[in-house]
Amino acid sequence: MGRYLAKRFFLVIPTILGVVTLVFFLRFLSPGDPARLMLGERATPDAVKVLRAEWGLDRPKAEQYMVYMGKVLRLDLGRSYKTGDPVIREILTRFPATVELSIISIVIASVLGILAGVVAATRRNSLADFVAMVGSLVGVSIPIFWLGLILIIVFAVNLNLFPTGGRLDGRMLMEPITGFYTLDGFIYIFKEHDFSYFLSALHHIILPAVALATVPLAVIARVTRSAMLEIMGQDYIRTARAKGLPERSVIWSHAFRNALLPVITIIGIEFGYNLAGAVLTETIFAWPGIGNWLYTAVLSRDYLAVQGGVAFVSVAFILINLLVDVLYAYVNPRIRY
Amino acid sequence: MIKEESLLYDQWVQFKKNRSAVFGLGIVVLFFLLALFASLLAPADPIAQHLEAQLTQPMHGGFLLGTDDLGRDILSRILFGARISLLVGAISVSISIVIGGVVGLVSGYFGGVVDLLVMRLIDIMLAFPSILLAIVICAALGPSLQNAMIAIGVIGVPSIARIVRASVLAEKEMDYVTAERSLGASNLRLIFSAILPNCMAPLIVQATLAYAGAIISAAGLSFLGLGAQPPTPEWGFMVSSGKEYISTAWWVITFPGLAILFAVLGFNLLGDGLRDVLDPRMKE
Repeated sequence: MGRYLAKRFFLVIPTILGVVTLVFFLRFLSPGDPARLMLGERATPDAVKVLRAEWGLDRPKAEQYMVYMGKVLRLDLGRSYKTGDPVIREILTRFPATVELSIISIVIASVLGILAGVVAATRRNSLADFVAMVGSLVGVSIPIFWLGLILIIVFAVNLNLFPTGGRLDGRMLMEPITGFYTLDGFIYIFKEHDFSYFLSALHHIILPAVALATVPLAVIARVTRSAMLEIMGQDYIRTARAKGLPERSVIWSHAFRNALLPVITIIGIEFGYNLAGAVLTETIFAWPGIGNWLYTAVLSRDYLAVQGGVAFVSVAFILINLLVDVLYAYVNPRIRY
Repeated sequence: MIKEESLLYDQWVQFKKNRSAVFGLGIVVLFFLLALFASLLAPADPIAQHLEAQLTQPMHGGFLLGTDDLGRDILSRILFGARISLLVGAISVSISIVIGGVVGLVSGYFGGVVDLLVMRLIDIMLAFPSILLAIVICAALGPSLQNAMIAIGVIGVPSIARIVRASVLAEKEMDYVTAERSLGASNLRLIFSAILPNCMAPLIVQATLAYAGAIISAAGLSFLGLGAQPPTPEWGFMVSSGKEYISTAWWVITFPGLAILFAVLGFNLLGDGLRDVLDPRMKE
């Protein structure tokens, strides 16, 4: 297993370098010159020249590439043109919001998805199975941006149960401790004896988390069901039943434990997707995370911010997948590489 | 008379037994018919504005599904939108299949350094979250429906290439390929007339599922303003233009969203059914 892990770690390095390289060259897809695009059509040639020199765009591409890679390795992603702040700092201030949303939504998706999958598998071809499987197909077919808006119409606008967006009530100001507002709010309960921050953070995160949970929930339910179906047909399950064990114990402590492996893998993969692909959900719910920020950067052609943001998110995605593989090797005693 | 016992017939019999797959096929056929006859079926011009009838409720004033903020008939826009979404799906999936198919065939058949390099590149592309890559490509090329199709086509390349490569690897060691080679068939002939037809099953399944993905991604890009531009009756764009009226006019976003949902569901059901019939090995 040690050798497998070493190999897996080693393979991540060229992938990350490749991703950063691809991000660098994506800029050249753009027909215009970034400096001119940024300054607008009416900028004087001199102003464009100055900005090009400042960004090093007047250098040969190979040199630009080496300089960029060198900086990225030192975590220097340049400065955002719009705010003038270092891109890495902009990313790190927004990343906790995205991670928090992803964690809560993957927890919702995992709990409900596993439950639905197990019920569907143990009552195969029943009404519950049918509903779970049709539901999961609808779940992967639903446009998430539309679902988000429908949730807002029903639960925020009409029923007035949840806010339409943001992370906290407008009048509240919280000094971030961890950057995860639900956790920070929880700490505030003890520090300030004030429940309102925690409740407000929780209140704000529920709708976006539910919207973001839809696709992973559907996928997790399907994977759980097929893993359970495969295991429920094995001899040791029959033995367990023959011993007279209660069905609940057969399902959860005999079958489900062994069905857990593919389920863990898919949860990890979906978590990675959530972390990276929450652009639509974050935009709809005005969630100040990295997806929302990246979208604004794309629209305002803030190219260093886009490059840095895409590189950061992709590396995070690669590392999550690495973690999933390591976890898989760890929990599966049959795998010995 | 004995019915022809061909493989295709067997597969059709099997497919017919799968009720959800038949349902999916029905939805897909229905959407193609709606798209084809949109100009006959649509009660109004999809881009004609009726400023006196802005945001009319469904079933009022002769508008079955109501009107949008510019008084355009939503039903007509959805019908014409079917043309756009199905076309976008067809073109982007074709891009993925042509590029991914060639890449997969070549790298699987020849192996060696080419294969190694191609697979590394594919791993790198798969390391990107796909919607993010589509957004960046689309933004770099400039927002338009055409560029959205290119972006979606490109992000579909790695998965097609992988599937084709895997089936080529399995097929090329088969005896019939060795036999043809010993008869003096050229590489090109072996690839296209011997190996490719036998890789079709997983390719068809993947293409159907990718079609569903392309429709939903194109709608997402248009929703973000990176795809279809006004006044195109594109479903995702329709949802986006209705989002300012969600507190007063629910119908503006609801119906185009349902159209996306059903079209994507149809292709997903069909793809799942085809997988069960054509390629039992791929079954989860």
